[in-house]
Amino acid sequence: MSYGAWIMLTGSLVGVTCGIVGCFLILRKMAMLADAISHTVLLGIVLAYLVSHSLEGIYMLVGAGIIGLLTAFLVQVLHTSGVQSDAAIGVVFTSLFAFGVILLSAFAGKVHLDVNHALMGEITFIPWNTLTIGGMNLGPSAVWMLGSVLLINLILIFLFYKEIKISSFDPAMASAIGIPVMFIHYLLMSMVSITTVASFDSVGAILVVAMLIVPGATAYLLTDKLIVMLVISAAIGVIAAIGGYYAALIWNISISGSMASIAGLIFAVTFILSPKHGLMAKLIARRSIVAEQS
Amino acid sequence: MWNELLLTLQDANTQWVLFGSILLGVASGVLGSFALLRKQSLIGDAMAHAALPGICLAFLLYGTKSIGWFLVGAALSGLLATYFIQAIINHSRIKEDTAIGLVLSVFFGFGIVLLTKIAQSKNGNQSGLDDFIFGQAASLVGSDVKVISSVAIVLLIITFLLFKELKLFTFDRQFAKGIGLPTGFINALLMTLIVSAVVIGLQAVGVILMAAMLITPAIAARYWTDRLDRMVIVAGTIGALSGILGTILSSMASNLPTGPVIVLAATVIFIISLVFAPNRGLVSKGLKLYRLRKRVARETVLQTMYDLAEEASISNQSMLFTRDQLLTRRRMATRMLDKNLHRLSREGLLNQTDGKWGLTAPGAKAAYEVTFNNRLFEIYTMYEMRFAYLQLAANDAWEYYEIPSHTLNELMELMAVHEHTPQLDPAHFAKGEKYYIANLESNDSNKRKREVKSS
Amino acid sequence: MNPVKVSNVTVAYDRKPVLQEITFDMPEGKLIGVVGPNGAGKSTLIKAILGLIPTASGTVDIYGKPYKSQRKLVGYVPQRGSVDWDFPTNALDVVLMGRYGHIGWFRRPGKKDTAIALQALDKVGMKEYASRQISQLSGGQQQRVFLARALAQDATVYFMDEPFVGVDAATEKAIISLLNELKAQGKTVLVVHHDLQTVKEYFDWTLLLNKRKIALGPTEEVFTIDNLQKTYGGRLSFLDTQLDPSHVVQS
Repeated sequence: MSYGAWIMLTGSLVGVTCGIVGCFLILRKMAMLADAISHTVLLGIVLAYLVSHSLEGIYMLVGAGIIGLLTAFLVQVLHTSGVQSDAAIGVVFTSLFAFGVILLSAFAGKVHLDVNHALMGEITFIPWNTLTIGGMNLGPSAVWMLGSVLLINLILIFLFYKEIKISSFDPAMASAIGIPVMFIHYLLMSMVSITTVASFDSVGAILVVAMLIVPGATAYLLTDKLIVMLVISAAIGVIAAIGGYYAALIWNISISGSMASIAGLIFAVTFILSPKHGLMAKLIARRSIVAEQS
Repeated sequence: MWNELLLTLQDANTQWVLFGSILLGVASGVLGSFALLRKQSLIGDAMAHAALPGICLAFLLYGTKSIGWFLVGAALSGLLATYFIQAIINHSRIKEDTAIGLVLSVFFGFGIVLLTKIAQSKNGNQSGLDDFIFGQAASLVGSDVKVISSVAIVLLIITFLLFKELKLFTFDRQFAKGIGLPTGFINALLMTLIVSAVVIGLQAVGVILMAAMLITPAIAARYWTDRLDRMVIVAGTIGALSGILGTILSSMASNLPTGPVIVLAATVIFIISLVFAPNRGLVSKGLKLYRLRKRVARETVLQTMYDLAEEASISNQSMLFTRDQLLTRRRMATRMLDKNLHRLSREGLLNQTDGKWGLTAPGAKAAYEVTFNNRLFEIYTMYEMRFAYLQLAANDAWEYYEIPSHTLNELMELMAVHEHTPQLDPAHFAKGEKYYIANLESNDSNKRKREVKSS
Repeated sequence: MNPVKVSNVTVAYDRKPVLQEITFDMPEGKLIGVVGPNGAGKSTLIKAILGLIPTASGTVDIYGKPYKSQRKLVGYVPQRGSVDWDFPTNALDVVLMGRYGHIGWFRRPGKKDTAIALQALDKVGMKEYASRQISQLSGGQQQRVFLARALAQDATVYFMDEPFVGVDAATEKAIISLLNELKAQGKTVLVVHHDLQTVKEYFDWTLLLNKRKIALGPTEEVFTIDNLQKTYGGRLSFLDTQLDPSHVVQS
């Protein structure tokens, strides 16, 4: 495969993986918790490196998973001890992130992680960092990592689809019929954490948030069926990735930045033109009501 | 160490940075308090991220680094972002948290695009725009600090002058509108103030951590006071303190970035407040809860003894009860029950004979008092709305003898209606006589006379 | 055996009681209305029975066993406002959620479940709305979907939290006929209700609740001015204006 094709594949995998998980975050009103996790995962990566002295994907996934869950847990703890939820999220993520940045600077000589890279990602380097097993070149390791995380997410969503659905729609009913609502919550938070860390390398922390939230929010304006929302969201993720890549080629700009911008553009268009929930549709509906009345 | 500290502080550059961080801490602490109370903490986060494209555009248009123009660009794009967030919430089914996350990440993504564009231009390298992402307090120079300080001072003056209006607006927007305040204008003003605080902090702490400067000192201050005017002062002080600590610590060690250290300093102050603040802190709350639980446990045992005696006296049965009878009447942890049974017998309120427990004369009196008090409280909670004027809301401090006597009579009448009046008169009950009905006619709460009816 | 046996249930925040020593047996095959002032703990009672909130003391038995082992016997209709109706799903899908308790982990609703769900929708007169998105249903229709979901739970005891709030006349009628049908099938239904005018008409039994149990029994016996005064406090003027005397049992 060509260099560009690998980058587009990586970007699309990010789009699909984030797009699917993101839908659930939006429906559960947890978008900002995801934003928090995507920041604190930096601390997980640094700690994983300091413990294992390796930049292998598996250590990163474990470290990020643990810190991601810790973030969700700390927010929960602060919230139950009386801190309002938006402030709880704000305090936890900035503290853990600041701690991550300090560790990173303190061990700067030893860690081959650069903060800018972690934040903004460097998808252009992806195709060179390949996975070789037994002398065989198996393609970029990021693709393997993203692929595995996507697979894990899909399996988990497939297995727990109806439990995730009911505990998102009606948590009281869910726990009345015996579904462990807290378990489902932390399951989703783990999915967010590993998704973030897998996407981290290619798009960076902030743009993971864009890929998590924007496609899902767009899909939310286009459909009223959960399964369709997941598909549309994944598709928008891919379109944003490929569109972003070409836009970046044309104007010679950051690929990850342009992926987020294209995603934002798609959202803006949908927000105005969506047949069901768009601004225009609403205006037209309002006009016709007024017309009927007069 | 102190010498080292003095030496650091003599450094002109450090002095500038210190001065800037203090004023920044004060301004963001003060304005963060308003954002926090309006439950808009994360809007500050969105504004900070959204400032990036504004700064980049200002650079592209103006051509060189100019803190003044950066401020204008950042403020405009920050305000635009809050406008978008509001528009998305108002005109679609998308909820607030999604709207914030969406706008924040897209603006930031666009900012990164512009940043790469600038990096390629001729004068891009010395732009120092990267500093805005993580902040580079150490690189602040005198002219930057002058701009930061003057903006901070202007923000503080405006807040001081309009404090009354901002307070009312934050507390009750509808009411503020009702009495004729221009709420639309105040909202826009408050947003502008917050955006300006964010913008001046960007160079020092960066877009990602700026949210902490707004949120953390404010939430920490919330633990020390319930009043907005004091909260604003405390938050400002905590902000300044974090600024000082962060700047000094990071200047003394190499490789410590100032922004994150300031943020962690604020977090430490927050944790200290969360744990140790009087009244609202966890330790104080925990102690209160521990005392309350201890008291409730003791009262539960006494009241259960009384309930059982009351029931037994009607059916003319023994007034001595086993542990199991107590446990059946009211479920409680056995360990807690045993502990309290023994404590009460040490206090001389209970007697143990053949493994059965009975109330002594003082015990009967104490049990009666506890039962009377608690049953009266139950009646009160049933008709809370009716007695709302009493403002007896402090639930852990309910004592019947503190209630005005006519209200007490009213409550006692209701208690009689619900057949909830304690039936056993302690004075007689202790002498071995059994069934007495307390009388409600007397007025004096402390010396309720009782007409004795024998069973 | 009594379908539901509540013994000595107390719910409290620290010292403040929300429900105080509630003890009652629900008779089988009756429609039971729960009435009481705002904040009397009506919804809390249902939540405590279903184990959704912790109780300070007391036990609840459903047909002689704890709720946890009897979940399949119990149907629940939460307040309509407790969920986000913008959730992307349709009416049939929501009703199918009633089947989840029976299906178990890792399995999907099958043809049989869909048939049951459609039947439940039919019973509340919503069959033609099966594929309608829930955000496009009126308030009354949403309430009927919730009722259909409870029907699909195929339970023997039902708990309904304010099903009559804010519904249109057609829905009110549909709920009534549904309640009567459930009763005819020998099922037991506990309904939190706010409208004193209709209590006598709708319910066989009434539970008057205000933190404590004031009275429970056949409506013609317990729905008296005397008990209502006890429940609502001395707010007689309120009762006078709210309540046509003909709606109350004269004692």
